[in-house]
Amino acid sequence: MGRKLDPTKKEKRGPGRKARKQRGAEVELAHFLPPGKCGLDRPAAAPRRPRPSDRRVSSRRAGDRQEEALQSRQEEVSGAVQRAGWLTPAKTKKTQPKGNHVELSSDGEVEEGSWEMEEEEEEDGSSEEMVDDYGASSSEEEEPLPIEKAALKQKPDREGLSEDDSEEEEEEEEEAEEASNQKMGQKEEEGPDLQLNLDIDEQFKLPTSEEIEKEDILFICGIHKPLFPPAEPPDLHVIHQRIQGNLEVLQDFGVKREEGRSRQEYLALLRRDMAAYYSYSDFLLTKLMDIFPLPELVNFLEANEVPRPVTIRTNTLKTRRRDLAQALINRGVNLDPLGKWSKTGLVIYDSTVPIGATPEYLAGHYMLQGASSLLPVMALAPQENERILDMCCAPGGKTSYIAQLMKNTGMILANDSSAERLRSVVGNLHRLGVTNAVVSNCDGRQFPKVLGGFDRVLLDAPCSGTGVISKDPAVKTNKDERDILRCAHLQKELILSAIDSVNAASETGGYIVYCTCSIMVEENEWVVDYALKKRNVRLVATGLDFGKEGFTRFKDRRFHPSLKCTRRFYPHTHNMDGFFIAKFKKFSNAIPQAQKEPALEAAAPSAVPDTIITEPPPKKTKLEGSKAEEKQKLPKPALKKKRSLQAQRRPLKA
Amino acid sequence: MRPLTEAETRAVFEKLSKYIGENIQLLVDRPDGTYCFRLHRDRVYYLSEKLLKLAASVPRESLVAPGTCFGKFTKSQKFRLSVTALDFLAPYAKVGHGPRAGPMPAPWPLTALPLSQYKVWVKPGSEQSFLYGNHVLKSGLGRITENTAQYQGVVVYSMADVPLGFGVAAKSTQECRKVDPLAIVVFHQADVGEYVRNEDTLT
Repeated sequence: MGRKLDPTKKEKRGPGRKARKQRGAEVELAHFLPPGKCGLDRPAAAPRRPRPSDRRVSSRRAGDRQEEALQSRQEEVSGAVQRAGWLTPAKTKKTQPKGNHVELSSDGEVEEGSWEMEEEEEEDGSSEEMVDDYGASSSEEEEPLPIEKAALKQKPDREGLSEDDSEEEEEEEEEAEEASNQKMGQKEEEGPDLQLNLDIDEQFKLPTSEEIEKEDILFICGIHKPLFPPAEPPDLHVIHQRIQGNLEVLQDFGVKREEGRSRQEYLALLRRDMAAYYSYSDFLLTKLMDIFPLPELVNFLEANEVPRPVTIRTNTLKTRRRDLAQALINRGVNLDPLGKWSKTGLVIYDSTVPIGATPEYLAGHYMLQGASSLLPVMALAPQENERILDMCCAPGGKTSYIAQLMKNTGMILANDSSAERLRSVVGNLHRLGVTNAVVSNCDGRQFPKVLGGFDRVLLDAPCSGTGVISKDPAVKTNKDERDILRCAHLQKELILSAIDSVNAASETGGYIVYCTCSIMVEENEWVVDYALKKRNVRLVATGLDFGKEGFTRFKDRRFHPSLKCTRRFYPHTHNMDGFFIAKFKKFSNAIPQAQKEPALEAAAPSAVPDTIITEPPPKKTKLEGSKAEEKQKLPKPALKKKRSLQAQRRPLKA
Repeated sequence: MRPLTEAETRAVFEKLSKYIGENIQLLVDRPDGTYCFRLHRDRVYYLSEKLLKLAASVPRESLVAPGTCFGKFTKSQKFRLSVTALDFLAPYAKVGHGPRAGPMPAPWPLTALPLSQYKVWVKPGSEQSFLYGNHVLKSGLGRITENTAQYQGVVVYSMADVPLGFGVAAKSTQECRKVDPLAIVVFHQADVGEYVRNEDTLT
C-alpha cells in the first residue's frame, strides 16, 4: 500500500528542523569562542529574523564579545578565520561578528544587523568576496584599535571604515556602544543591565554622508560590500529599529546625541527612514514633521496604516436609532452608539451581512458615513425653514444629514461640480427620503451669481486628502507642493464665493462652515485666515467640544488669534478621519475693498467684530467706539479708515 | 424644467392611481404647501412650490434634480414609475419618527397619506429575491390585501412593514389562494435594490 509508518523511526518532534540547524551553528561557533562568552546562547543564528528584544540581548553579549575580540582575540579570530579559510563561509561568517564588524563596520558588536549581514554574506556566497573580506580584515585589524581610541574621544571616525561598511546603522550603533563602553572604561565590569540601558540610547549613531549616499544607491540593507549591488530589498525591520533609535535620541537630544552631529542630520535620517518604512513621499513627510511633534507623528503614521471603523448615521426621517440598531442586530451586525456627541451615529464592529446592502439600507434607514463627516453639519446647525447651500455635496452624506436636521423643511441647494459624482447624490437623497433638496451641477465659484442670499452655507472643499490616507494610500506619494497649492488656491476662491452667497442679514443664519478632510495648514488655517482678511466675517465657536484647536501660528506664518475656534481632528487621537472645521459668522454683506467704498448694506450686529481688526488694543477700542456709532449711520468713513489701516498694517498674503 | 402638458399629466395620474387610487389629490394639496409636478429632461419631478422657486433660478444645464423624481417618460411617451416614488406612494410602516417635542411640520407620510390601497407582504426568505429584481412567487407571498384585482398595481412590503417596491398583481387574491407555489403572483416593477444596482440610471 503506502509507506509503512514505522514508529521506531519516527522523526523526533521537538523544536523542529530549523532549530536543530541553529543549534548546530551554536556548536560550530563554540569552536571559536571561549565557553561562557559565547553570545549565541539563543538559537538565533542567521535565519531567524532579529527582534527588538534580541537586540538588547545580543548587544549586551556583543559588548562582551566585542571587548574580547578587540583586545585579545582578534588575532585568534582572524587566525581562526584564515585557518578555516574561505571554504567554510558559514562558520567563519558567524565568527565574523567580531572580526567583520571590527573590520568592516568598525564595530565588534553583534546585533541583529550583524546577523543579517551574515545572512547576506552567505547569500552572496562567493569565495572571492570572502577572500576580499579577509584580506581587508587582516589589513584592517589594526584599525579597530585606533578607531576605538577615536571613539573613545567620541569622534565619529567612520571615513576610514566607510568603504567597507555596509551602511548599516547597527554598525554605528555597535560602534557607538563600543565607544561608549570604552569611554566608560568599564569593559567587562559592565553588567548586563547597564549594557541594556546603553543599548538603545547611546548606540544610535548617524551614518556619514558617504554612507547615506551609498544607502541611496544600494538601498538600506545589511550587506558588507558597498561595491556590490544588494541582493535584497531594503530591510524594513532594520529601518524600523533605526527609526526607534533615532526618535529616542531626538527626544533627549542633549544627552543622547553624537558629538559633531547636528539635529538636522538626525532629522534627515529619520525622514528618509520613515519615508521608506511607511511609503511616503519625502515632501509629504516633511510637511507632516512640521505639523506633528515626533512621537505624535509616529502615531499618526501608524494610524494611517489602519482603516477607521465603519460608521453609519441613522436617517431620522425614516427611523429611530434604537429601532435601527435593533433591526441590524437581528441581522447579525455588531454595533454600538458612536459616542455621546452624536445622537444618530452608530459604529459597526463587524457584520455577517454587507452593511451597504441590507434591506434597511435600501429602504433608506441609514447612510454609511464617516464619523468625522457628521461634525461639520453639527457645527452648521441648520434650522428648519432655512435656505441652505451645500457647495460640494457629493456623495450626499452631509446634505442628507442637513435635510434630516431640518426635517425636510426649508430648502437645500446641493451643488457639486462633478456630474458623475452627482449621480450618487441623487441616489442617496432619494433613497433617504429627502424632499427639500435641489441638486445642481455648477462650479462652486459661480455661486453668488447663480443664486445667493442663503442662510447658511456648507463648504466641504476639495482637498489633498491627507487626512484620509487610511482610505486612500495613494495620497502618500502622489501629492506634491503644487497639488497642495493648487488645492489651496481653489479653496480660497470657493470660500470667498461661499461667504458671498450668504445673507448676513438673515434672522436665523449668516453662518458659513468650511471644512476639509486634510490636515495641511496650507489648506486649512491659511485659507481661513485669508477669508478673514478678505471678507466681513469672523470666526465663531463650532460647538464641538472635542478636537484639537487650530493653529494660530505655524512656522513663519502668523494667523489670526481667533483661529483657536477652529477644530482639527486626527486619526490617531480621535479615531476618525483627519478633518478640519471652521465656522464663520458673516456680519456684513459689504465686500471690503481697498479702493472702493463698501456697500451701504451693513447689517452688522452691534457686537463689534473686533476680530477683523487686528490693530493694537488702544486703537481697537477707539475705533470700536466710533464704529459702533457709525453703524447706525452710514458706516463708510470709519470702515474705510479701518480698511486702509488694515491694508497698511497687514500686507495681503496671497 | 417645464410643467407637464395635459397628456403627460393624464398619463402620470393614471399610473399613480393604479397604486394609490383616488388619493392623488392628497399628493398635490398637502398641509405644508402645494406641490406640483415638473418635467425636466424627460423625468417627472415632484416638488413643493417653494422649492420650485429655488429650482427655477438654477440654470437648466446645471440642474440635475429638482425635488423627487417620480418616474420618467420613455421614448414612446409612456410613463414608467420609478422606485424613487416609493416614499410617497407607501406610508412608512413602523412609525420611525419617535417622540418629537412640540408641533412639527410633520413629515409628509405621517399626515396626509395616500395610502396605497393594495399591498403585498413578502416573506423574509424571498425579500432578497425581490430586491434583485425577480418577480414574487406564491411561495414567497406572505400576505395580500383582500380583493385585489388582477393586474392591479400593488406596493410590496417586507414582513416588517418596510416598503420594498412596486409591482403588479399577476393574480387576484382568490386565484392566489389556489395557485401552485412556483407561480408568479406579483410582477416586479421597481424595488429598492435598484438604488444599489442601478444607481447610475436614477438620474
